[in-house]
Amino acid sequence: MQTAGSASNGQTNPLWLLAELTYRCPLQCLYCSNPIDYTKYQNELTTEAWIRVLQEGRAMGATQLGFSGGEPLVRKDLVDLAREARRLGYYSNLITSGIGMDEARIAALKEAGLDHIQLSFQANTPELNDYIGGAKTFERKLAMARLIKHYDYPMVMNVVLHRQNIDQTEQILQMAEELEADYIELANTQYYGWAKVNRSQLLPTREQVERAEAIAHDYQERFKGRMKVYYVVPDYFEDRPKPCMAGWGSVFLNVAPDGTALPCHAAHQLPGLDFPNVRDASLHWIWHESPAFNAFRGEAWMKEPCRTCPERAKDFGGCRCQAYMLTGDAANADPVCSLSPQHAIVLEAIDEDQVVPPADQLPIFRSNKNSRQFVEAGV
Amino acid sequence: MAESAALQPDDIISITRHFRLQWEEVQQAHVLLYPEGMVTLNGPAAEILTRCQEAKSVTQVVEELQQAFPQDDIAADVREFLEDAYANGWLCIERAD
Repeated sequence: MQTAGSASNGQTNPLWLLAELTYRCPLQCLYCSNPIDYTKYQNELTTEAWIRVLQEGRAMGATQLGFSGGEPLVRKDLVDLAREARRLGYYSNLITSGIGMDEARIAALKEAGLDHIQLSFQANTPELNDYIGGAKTFERKLAMARLIKHYDYPMVMNVVLHRQNIDQTEQILQMAEELEADYIELANTQYYGWAKVNRSQLLPTREQVERAEAIAHDYQERFKGRMKVYYVVPDYFEDRPKPCMAGWGSVFLNVAPDGTALPCHAAHQLPGLDFPNVRDASLHWIWHESPAFNAFRGEAWMKEPCRTCPERAKDFGGCRCQAYMLTGDAANADPVCSLSPQHAIVLEAIDEDQVVPPADQLPIFRSNKNSRQFVEAGV
Repeated sequence: MAESAALQPDDIISITRHFRLQWEEVQQAHVLLYPEGMVTLNGPAAEILTRCQEAKSVTQVVEELQQAFPQDDIAADVREFLEDAYANGWLCIERAD
């Protein structure tokens, strides 16, 4: 988003509404960004409740709507929600694995007014794709990619990169070209949720990252005018933190399947914050008034070195969730920043995790069973 | 989408398929929406792009705007904006030949 709207009280309005319709998903991706205790939040909102959320978000000025999850196709009311989104004037984006789609459904979504489909692949070969996703899906995804183009949707192909597929960056780009993607998003894994648990399986080496980045930049030139190549940098390897969510409570509003409203999809885990639920309060109150959405707004919460940093208006101190996960305090500077006194934590993680994990460190796939074990263990 | 090259006066241009131009009451501005993104348009940008919703030549767009704002010589500014908009992928062209 290039410009943000502003309200009379000086706060900005939400522009992006991410509707996480369900945490149910037929895939079990190692890098899933859903909370590891997602099985706690499965009391899903009804269709009527979602429609009210969409209406309130639109009235506040949100223009982009993401239907996400989990796998949003699991919801039987997706076509109804897409129709309401179009009626309200959203640009609606379906963020999907493609599993659960068929021709009748893709046609119905088109007729309802869905604007765009982002289709994920886990890799460019069936073997690796199906391993990373924990389910046999590759052939089905290929068929879905062709249907998306056949029904004249713009297609963003999304591939999350990590140690196990990053060396295939070039082949992934070629696959995107063959499937006539309009955009290819090469998103280096961000270490939240299941990706954090599996970090030793996923963190690439610095050499791998440098090679992939060079290839991505080369293809940005080659595909110019035909396909946009987005390359999301792996923040562990950067000197400065990402401007996470363009700032807390600035443009991004996430509603989890059970109605919990969050300033980002990973914020569940932050302690001491009572995230409001759309069942109990209006989106307007949640966004503008709730203590949770104001907790890290602006700069008053910042500690040194962020408080006096000349770059604080550019990156907002980075990511609150990452600061909490790696340093134990969400108000610390994101330790990805080389100015953070705890930056060594990230450098050590790169050193430790980039060696091939010992045989006794097994990957933990995202599944209900594994999630319940995390819940029982009180994680 | 065509290979990028400078816009010619006879090129037929229009807002790129799957992009949507609409008025936003809350922002009091026109916006251009596309997959996972949005650009908020200032007044002049909106005047130009609202005239590109149907396919027409670069020359036609410039003439329409010159007629709408006869007091200023805006042709060069309009052409420059159209070039930028094309380079950004907001506009697409069909070559007239």
